[in-house]
Amino acid sequence: MDARLNSKDENNQSDWRLRARGVACERGERRLFSDFDFTLSAGGIVWLRAANGFGKTSLLRVIAGLAQPTAGSIEWREPRAPLLYLAHANALKDDLTIVESLRYLARLHGLESSDTKLADAIRRFGLQSRRRAPIGTLSQGQRRRVALMRLCLSPPQTTWLLDEPYDALDSEGSVLVSSLLAEHAGRGGCVLFTSHVAPDIAGVPMQSIQLDAQFAARVAA
Amino acid sequence: MNAVFTTVLKRDLILAARRRFDALLPIAFFTIAASLFPLGIGPEPQTLRQIAPGVVWVCALLAAMLSVTQLYASDLNDGSLDQMLLASRSALPVVFAKALGHWLVTGLPLTVMAPLLGVLFDLDRIAILALAASLLIGTPILSLLGGLGAALTLGVRSAGVLLILLVLPLCIPALIFGSGAVVAIDSGISARGHFSLLGALLILTLLLAPPATAAALRIAME
Repeated sequence: MDARLNSKDENNQSDWRLRARGVACERGERRLFSDFDFTLSAGGIVWLRAANGFGKTSLLRVIAGLAQPTAGSIEWREPRAPLLYLAHANALKDDLTIVESLRYLARLHGLESSDTKLADAIRRFGLQSRRRAPIGTLSQGQRRRVALMRLCLSPPQTTWLLDEPYDALDSEGSVLVSSLLAEHAGRGGCVLFTSHVAPDIAGVPMQSIQLDAQFAARVAA
Repeated sequence: MNAVFTTVLKRDLILAARRRFDALLPIAFFTIAASLFPLGIGPEPQTLRQIAPGVVWVCALLAAMLSVTQLYASDLNDGSLDQMLLASRSALPVVFAKALGHWLVTGLPLTVMAPLLGVLFDLDRIAILALAASLLIGTPILSLLGGLGAALTLGVRSAGVLLILLVLPLCIPALIFGSGAVVAIDSGISARGHFSLLGALLILTLLLAPPATAAALRIAME
């Protein structure tokens, strides 16, 4: 399955952050994708697309270093920029409050965890009135918002790997995420994300990669 | 040690404090199971004194194993484990934090409860001290080995039973030397040899179990 990225400026991307070369991934006996190349460069936003079960999450996990590719390699530019991986699961504990969860995640990853910074992130996602509420009492959309708050704490050069960041969010939340992505790209960070709905990110050129290009061609035929 | 270690440990302790009932279950199991023996066997002081070290140690072992099954499983399910492993290059700080957290919530209370059970079994004061001391050295071994079992059985169905089958054989030396120390003291012999071997076991487990657990966690992530 060839899912090569037809990027027009792949050759002159001097400010690349990470390069994938011939990456293949298998789940059990099934090959999800193979011979996948792409480059992520500073200030770039890449929308990773594929039908369900075609390995978007697997690819993100391979890039994050949580899984090994079956073939190919991921090359990071040295010095390696910090990484923020937001999985489909929110990584939150029901028994902690919003502030505690955010502080825990910030400290775990060595992000800035001052009270004002945390309060800013919580306010930005509109949950300041519930900041002392346990995660267990929040709705799915609110939990997603708490997980996304980490984005507000990350330094500008961070590489964001976001698995379905728009999942469970209302329209207001989606607009907020889009503006965060644009902001981050504007500061020189780079973003790779998956989404089933076309995101509306204003002001920043967005690349889109079809992971299951062959599959898409077969469906269209 | 480092930021990941202290952050994970602190979070685990806060979570245990929020779920006090869950945290107390192993201690309750330990106390009740051990105190059933005098009721079942009969109030013969000589017999009770004889079986006390073994009974208390076996109950502590089972209580530690029962509580360790969820050590990594819930963090795997909600994605927390991903974040922990991403936070540092090596998984060792996470493994040590988890093991220490488990020991503080289970092993230490077991050690504190043991003297009470010693009184119940009519042990004399020195034997009770020896029992507490052997558990103090022995329960960290159980937490470390239990953590290894929990990591190896991540994502496996009926992980609890498999974990006990995997880890209990590894715990047998600790059980033998731990209860042996108390038996030795109770019969008036020096227990120095038992304690030395128990200490050596702890050092060996501290050296070998965490790297194996870290490797098992990496495999479970795939």
